[in-house]
Formats: sequence, structure tokens, C-alpha cells
Amino acid sequence: MIEVGAALPTHTFTINRELLKAYADASGDQNPIHQNEEFALSVGLPNVIAHGMLTMALVGKFVTDWAGGSSNVTHFGARFIKPVIVPANTDVDLTVSAVISAVEDGSVTLDLTATSAGVKVLGMAKAVVKK
Amino acid sequence: MLNPDSVGRTFEGANSITVTQSEIDTFCAVIGETNTTVAPPTFSIRISLEQSQSILSDPSIGLDWTRLVHGDQKFEIFSPIKGGDTFTCSSTIENYRVAAGNEIVTVRSDLKSGSAIALSSWSTLVVRA
Repeated sequence: MIEVGAALPTHTFTINRELLKAYADASGDQNPIHQNEEFALSVGLPNVIAHGMLTMALVGKFVTDWAGGSSNVTHFGARFIKPVIVPANTDVDLTVSAVISAVEDGSVTLDLTATSAGVKVLGMAKAVVKK
Repeated sequence: MLNPDSVGRTFEGANSITVTQSEIDTFCAVIGETNTTVAPPTFSIRISLEQSQSILSDPSIGLDWTRLVHGDQKFEIFSPIKGGDTFTCSSTIENYRVAAGNEIVTVRSDLKSGSAIALSSWSTLVVRA
């Protein structure tokens, strides 16, 4: 049912170093903090971290799957509050869930939650879809 | 430091950008999207941040792009992007404040097809002290 308070099924994406390399190539963002552990440590990070925009792209995939395609998303926003930490040779999770927070004529607002290793990585994450 | 005169101003990009289907396909493959008829909602970050960087790197604006961290990101999509679409980009410095020595700048990027805005995005960028 599409009604305020209804929860969408949770989905878990897998993030690893290979995906970070693929996203760097697809997005053009070759910042070494997303690929080079030595560099990441040298700037004070705990390890290589995922691109915030990769996290957002995967949460976007969760939204578009529910919305019936990319063309049905009209608004999408999030704050990057914690990094997704990606050690070498490790699959880490990005677990995404959502609750419907508004239903208006022809549009639905989703309040999204994204965690990795139990830590909330996005804040104020919302999407509006045509439904 | 950002030149205070830059706040609230809109800067127009000189070049137009054409999105290729291949770029959309590559982006979709990374996130496991099989329907590539339109670009995923965050695809435009590739264009808007690069364009904003080139538009706003004029020394008179005073924004240091080498020390930026992405604070938040928002998209408003009026018309989904398709392969072959051509856009011009304008960038507006919508908001600016300094907190704990860090500069916090909100840049709005509008992708326009002719005079119609296809997509607006807001990037809050933190220039670390």
C-alpha cells in the first residue's frame, strides 16, 4: 500500500574496491582517497572510502527500482554524514531502507536510510517520485 | 577565501556538453541498472561538478577547488537526461558561510537545453581550513 508510514523492503548492495574503481571510471572522479589506501591514510582517513556520489547512486537505484524507472524520479537529495569504509579484498554492505513520508496527487516522498557496517552514512536522504 | 561579491551571482559556462549513450551505459552498469533509456538520477553530477569547477575556477571568484569535501547533494529533475542530449550549464553561488574556519559554499548548477532547464542540482562543498 502506498500510504504515509509504509515501509519499503530493505535492500543490501555490496561495495568493494573493484566497484570503487568502476565508479571512478564511470564518473570521472579519480580522487585517490577512493582507490589508494596509502594516500587515504596519509590524509587522516581510516582506510579507502567510497565516493559519496557512489553511495547516492546506489540509493538512487533502490529508489528507481521502486519508482518503476529513472524517469519517475523528480527530486533526490542527501547529506554525506559518515564515509563508507572499504578495506582491501573486502565486501562491505550498503543497506538501504525507506519509509513513505508524504503522498500527494501523483507524487510520493520517500525518507531513505542508508547504513554500512551498522553506521548511518547519509542524513536527510529524501526522494520524490511520480507514482 | 571566496570573494564576497561572488555570492548570489550566476556564471554561464561557455561550452555546450553532449551526453553520449555510452557514458550512460557505463554509469548504469556500475550500479546494476539495466534500463539505459534515460540516465539514472545522479548521473548528471559528472557534468555539473566538472562544469561548475571550470566555470567557478576563475581566480576572481576565490574558490579553492583543491581542498573541497562534498557535504551534501540535491537534484531536481525536470526532464530526464538521454543519450544525445546537449546542454549548457550555469553555476550560481547560492549560499556561503564560514564555520570553524571551514568555508561552506552551496553551488547550484542548472543544465539547460535551449532556454529550458532540464535539471538543477545543488552541491554543498566544504573548503577545509
